[in-house]
Amino acid sequence: METLLSLLSQIWASHAVLIITAIKAVLVAVTLLQVVPLMVWLERRGSAVMQKRLGPNRIGPLGLFQGIADGVKALFKEDNPPAHVFKFYYRLAPVVSLIPAYMTFAVIPFASSIAIGEHTISFQVADLNVGFLYIFAIASLGVYGIIMAGWSSNNKYSLLGSLRSSAQMISYELSLGLSVVGLLMIFSSVRLGDIVRQQGELLVQLGPLSIPKWGIFIQPLGFLIFLVSAYAETNRLPFDLPEGESEIVAGYHLEYGSMHFALFMMAEYINMTVAAALTATLFFGGWQMLPGLPALQALLTQNLGLVGTLADLLRVLFELGSFVAKTAFFLWLFVWVRWTLPRFRYDQLMDLGWRVMLPLSLANIFVTGILIYYKVL
Amino acid sequence: MSEISPVAFYLFAGMALAFSVLTVLKKNPVASAFSLVIVFFSFAGIYALLGAHLVATMQILVYAGAIMVLFVFVVMLLNSDSPSFDFRRSPLIFRFAAGLVCFAMFVLFVKVFRETGPSPSVGPFTSAAVEAAGGNTRVISELMFSEYILPFELTSILLLAGIVGSVALAKRHGSAEKASSKKGVSSVSSR
Repeated sequence: METLLSLLSQIWASHAVLIITAIKAVLVAVTLLQVVPLMVWLERRGSAVMQKRLGPNRIGPLGLFQGIADGVKALFKEDNPPAHVFKFYYRLAPVVSLIPAYMTFAVIPFASSIAIGEHTISFQVADLNVGFLYIFAIASLGVYGIIMAGWSSNNKYSLLGSLRSSAQMISYELSLGLSVVGLLMIFSSVRLGDIVRQQGELLVQLGPLSIPKWGIFIQPLGFLIFLVSAYAETNRLPFDLPEGESEIVAGYHLEYGSMHFALFMMAEYINMTVAAALTATLFFGGWQMLPGLPALQALLTQNLGLVGTLADLLRVLFELGSFVAKTAFFLWLFVWVRWTLPRFRYDQLMDLGWRVMLPLSLANIFVTGILIYYKVL
Repeated sequence: MSEISPVAFYLFAGMALAFSVLTVLKKNPVASAFSLVIVFFSFAGIYALLGAHLVATMQILVYAGAIMVLFVFVVMLLNSDSPSFDFRRSPLIFRFAAGLVCFAMFVLFVKVFRETGPSPSVGPFTSAAVEAAGGNTRVISELMFSEYILPFELTSILLLAGIVGSVALAKRHGSAEKASSKKGVSSVSSR
């Protein structure tokens, strides 16, 4: 027993950073996994509310356990690939679309750092100095899963769906990348941690109302372009043409069943979560507390008499709560938009991408440059 | 130089080599393209090991997009499983020449890698110096917009020439098609 303890403390002493990072990675991965059934439930109940129906309400309180039932069903279903598919790529495709979705969350900070003992723990799995460029790079790999699925299904509808998705991805990746350049020019950093920290500064004071330097206030047009492009990148309505069930049946996942299909769904919902978290981080101050919360935190710290690490923990809790609340709002926005807007026609989609979004994002960069030159921003 | 983990290096290097071979050997063009993606991804891994995170990210970002276009062309235009060149049926002289070139290449590589001259001098951009100056992204962008501004801008002119050229080609193609027939042939749309 004693030797085991000493061995453990030795490992901790030599690999503390590695262990902390591993714990963070596992925590983030497991949390992301929990978002999926929750979002499926939210989407079905949300659509029901908007269409005056009930939605799933039988399993568990408010039908909350519906996701578990669906998961169990998908797991135990017979896995029977059609005879005409390329088996290897057919099986690989859902995995290829799921892994990048998971990898992208690594650089998103969800609270400010905290000092415990001699270690400073930052609430971010990896603080890369390429920041959100990493997210764009890895997210662009996700479309390979869709292409692979469409091609290996050996079915004309699937192939059409995957070709649509590749064209859509390439078109909207441009405006997505360009929409954040303005933000990059103002904060002069691509590190998400730096960007969030700078968003805590005060922009203007309007009487009792203090407006922070959140991305939405200094880059409103950039935010709009980013949001629209993010919807296109995650294949969500009104841009879900790769699926397009009314024209190409179900697009790229037409030939999939059981857990393979569920993996595609998971990839979609995790991509949505990353998009929502990134929107919150870039344009809504990330873990910066929501208005009113700093006062509450100060009050609590004083009344409970917290000092040192405990006070820091309370602060981290408030920041985490703010981050989760912002992300949850944008996740709800995904559902909201889905059940509000009809799907675009394909030529309208391309027109919007190349004739509206791209020129607008270039104009946004130009105007931002002028404003920075004249020291307005 | 910071030390590179040999396990990670051999993992990525081995993957790059194996999938490069697969890219050439696979009969199916789509499978070749998938292998190529993994090759570029492994390269990005090696760049990241060297501490060049920006180069690694750009590698993935640019090549993933570029191969995507390649894909679309492969799927849409080259929809055939027949290999364009069957080496078993080629004349003996070609086979001999190919073998000779391979051997010469191998000898060259062996010679280059066995050459252990004086170790190259360390430039100003050591890992520590780059980290002190604000990281990879900042150092590269500052250099690009100060010392290397002329090559940078010239590259953009090159790209512009490429865009103008492709638009001109597409225009000529489209107008020729319109003039030649009114059969309702769908015009080739190009971005």
